[in-house]
Amino acid sequence: MSTEEYAKAINYTPSSSSSADAKRGGYKVSVRNLNSWFGSKQALKNINFDVKENTITALIGPSGCGKTTLIRCLNRMNEMTPGATVKGSVYLNDIDMYANSVDPVIIKRRMGMVFQKPNPFPTMSIYDNVAAGLKLNGIKDKAMIREIVEESLKGAALWDEVKDELGKPGLSLSGGQQQRLCIARALAMQPEVLLMDEPTSALDPIASAKIEELMNWLKTELTVIIVTHNMQQAARVSDYTAFMYLGEVVEYGPTQQIFKNPRKELTERYVSGKFG
Amino acid sequence: MFLSSFLLRGRRRGDRVFKWVVIGAAGYTLLMLVLVTASVFEGSIPIFSLEGFGGFIFNTDWNPVSGREAYGALPYVIGTLVSSAIAMAIGVPISLGIAVFVSEIAPPKIGTPIGFIVEILAAVPSIVYGLWALFVFRFWIVDFIERPLYEAFGGTIPFFARTPFGLDIFTAGIVLAIMIIPIISSISREILKAIPNSQREAAYSLGATRWETVWKVLFPYAKAGLLGAAVMGLGRAVGETILVTMIIGNAIGANAIPDSLFSPSQTLSSIIANEFNEAVTVFHSSALIALGFVLFLLTMGINAGAQLLVSKMVKVSPGAKE
Amino acid sequence: MLALSCLYLKWSKLVQEQRSRVVKLENTEKNYHRDVDYRTIIQETIIRKNRRRKIVNKVFTGITIACVALALTLLGSILLEVVKNGIAAISIEFLTEPQGSIIRGDGGIGPAIQGTLLVVGYASIIGVPIGILAGVYLSEYAGNSKFAYAVRFFNNVMTGLPSIVVGIVGYILLVVTIGSFNITAGAVALSIIMIPIVVGVTEATLRLVPNSVREAAHSLGVPKWKVTLFITLKSAKNGVLTGIVLAISRIAGETAPLIMTVLGTSLFFQGVVSPVDALPLRIWRLASQPYDHAHSFGWGAALILIIMVLSLSILLRFFVLEKRFKPGSSSTWITNRLTRE
Repeated sequence: MSTEEYAKAINYTPSSSSSADAKRGGYKVSVRNLNSWFGSKQALKNINFDVKENTITALIGPSGCGKTTLIRCLNRMNEMTPGATVKGSVYLNDIDMYANSVDPVIIKRRMGMVFQKPNPFPTMSIYDNVAAGLKLNGIKDKAMIREIVEESLKGAALWDEVKDELGKPGLSLSGGQQQRLCIARALAMQPEVLLMDEPTSALDPIASAKIEELMNWLKTELTVIIVTHNMQQAARVSDYTAFMYLGEVVEYGPTQQIFKNPRKELTERYVSGKFG
Repeated sequence: MFLSSFLLRGRRRGDRVFKWVVIGAAGYTLLMLVLVTASVFEGSIPIFSLEGFGGFIFNTDWNPVSGREAYGALPYVIGTLVSSAIAMAIGVPISLGIAVFVSEIAPPKIGTPIGFIVEILAAVPSIVYGLWALFVFRFWIVDFIERPLYEAFGGTIPFFARTPFGLDIFTAGIVLAIMIIPIISSISREILKAIPNSQREAAYSLGATRWETVWKVLFPYAKAGLLGAAVMGLGRAVGETILVTMIIGNAIGANAIPDSLFSPSQTLSSIIANEFNEAVTVFHSSALIALGFVLFLLTMGINAGAQLLVSKMVKVSPGAKE
Repeated sequence: MLALSCLYLKWSKLVQEQRSRVVKLENTEKNYHRDVDYRTIIQETIIRKNRRRKIVNKVFTGITIACVALALTLLGSILLEVVKNGIAAISIEFLTEPQGSIIRGDGGIGPAIQGTLLVVGYASIIGVPIGILAGVYLSEYAGNSKFAYAVRFFNNVMTGLPSIVVGIVGYILLVVTIGSFNITAGAVALSIIMIPIVVGVTEATLRLVPNSVREAAHSLGVPKWKVTLFITLKSAKNGVLTGIVLAISRIAGETAPLIMTVLGTSLFFQGVVSPVDALPLRIWRLASQPYDHAHSFGWGAALILIIMVLSLSILLRFFVLEKRFKPGSSSTWITNRLTRE
């Protein structure tokens, strides 16, 4: 389905301000003038950056810099928090998710999300966990679901470990496996962008390494945006990095450049560990 | 040296005394239960030896006339079960609706006061419920529910066959439902709050709507606890006395077995309240006490079950919203 | 010719199998095969079903709002009716005089008010100390013994004891033995209802007191019983007080246990072994009479009772509970403990 067809199907009418800002060169995700508040406190200040397709972008910064808020704004999860307001635009393939006419629920399904602590559904089996998104959204074709489940588990590098035990409860897996299960669950929805909020911070080093490996080839199929407080992980895994501080994107660029040749002094101080 | 050891002994004595005081208090609470069980059982012995335990339970007579005495618990057991079943059928869905509204849908500014107000409903004494039901609510039920149903289906469906006056098992069930709603909804609310937020986030990120999350993720997660909440409500409905006595119509013996929703009936607790002070013969009193015994067993069983269910839920997911 | 074509067929079949095996290998090596068709199917299904799902969502939300509205309406009706019908009966005479002639409709419910205050007070004198001490036991002195487990479990279970059964027990133990209906039987019966509640609340709130408080006192050489009474209990004071007050407002509204213990009378207090009147009983008797003014008195008595009961609950929640507890958790637990009959 092309972007035009999709936009028509969801009744997308670009608001006047957004078209003016849409100077975009084929980026997968573009953030324009994004501002966000919790009550009266401003959490994000004028965020602007673009994410290319098939890349991994890392959001780094000290605690409280707003990186988690930002990633949750990308798929409009932020609205779940009471008291949160957002202004600005986030473009997915030229469609502004924050345009007034867009139903947030439709857009969310094009971005998958993986959370810090693995959160499989405890009452469901491994199979049902992965199929959860599909079933919730009304997909009934059992054969298709089965295929997608298998592919998603393979895509999350979990298939070989669980293929004989798909009926076992989701919680019977180890922490690292549960997180990969959550990744599979997100992948089942065929998202174009995968958002990962500190996906390995609750896992041991070996499990973390497996997931970093996974990210490397996930990016060949979709675009990955990851929040991490672990700078080394960002350096290892990502192609682009955004350094945030106090709600602003201080610097954004190719990872190598951010870590080796930061242009701002604040960035340099952070990546060399002088604070954070 | 002597002084300090004297003081020490004094302190230890104080500790020992206090320790036995608290143990005594704790023991008293167990003693209370023993006394309750023993006295009720003992009071039931005359009728049980006359009719046998099974004979008593399944009998439908109720004849206090000396010389022809016969007593049976069956009609009242049926009355208790039917009125409670109606109460649960109406009360549980409404309670869950309120719990979901307060916990998931309403913003805290609205949700917390509403939850508070619903809990006030719980503090209203049941005699006041009874008064209101007898003089006000009964007429609403007759006018808006019973009469229309009777006129529409009275000829065809036996459930609605009798002429409704409002003092019947249906009204009792409805008012009992109102009485148990605060309990079930406030426990359910606590249980829903105890579900970690990460579950909701996972569901929403997959594109589920709010209600899909509630039905397919939250309710299954909290199954045991919600069931326990419902069972606690059931325990309350089963044990309720004065409210039922005022509006159930007070039928006796075999007449108390409801043949339609609009029949007057009687529960285990209501007949005890009605006849206890007037019972003259030994067997009559004993029969009433035996009804109390049956009620006791029924309620204890229900509540023990509820405790187990709720505690199982709390073990599965310790802690509040993450 | 035939042989050649047979050979050719066999060969092409082999090539076919070879090719498919290669494809399969390709598929397994590339462990995640993104089929763009899946994505389109999913997107289309979502868009197609979205409207219906939104409508269903709205319907359910509407249903829950209706449930809340229903509950609020009913509560409003109860309070409204009590105030509306009861306020007409209120007067000084009503509050202080015993019931006069039924036909003329004068007098009041004085003995009932007095009786309720007395029997509740009497029950509290029995129930509060025992309840607190047993709660102290469970929190501070109990180990993992079977005894402690039994005490806790059965106290929990006893909060569900039907009050009519409690009345029967009071009758058997204290009315039969003393020879007449009396206030003591009523007080003991009410205390049986009260104690498990107080035990539960006391134990729960004592457990919330951090251990550091106890340890600090111990390290100063204060004996355990003093620590418990004067320090730990004092820190939990608010919670325990709340539990007590809520238990009191619960038993003040109980009717069933009083029917066969204190009986109800039209006289003022006559002694510890005599019957006494109480508000719930009086309301019940008045409601069963066919006279309008009796009903009016009944509403008035109900108004007094509700004022007593609700004001205790509400005041306490507002001034004590919200500050001390996490909103919701123990306060609801407490309310639940109290509202079973």
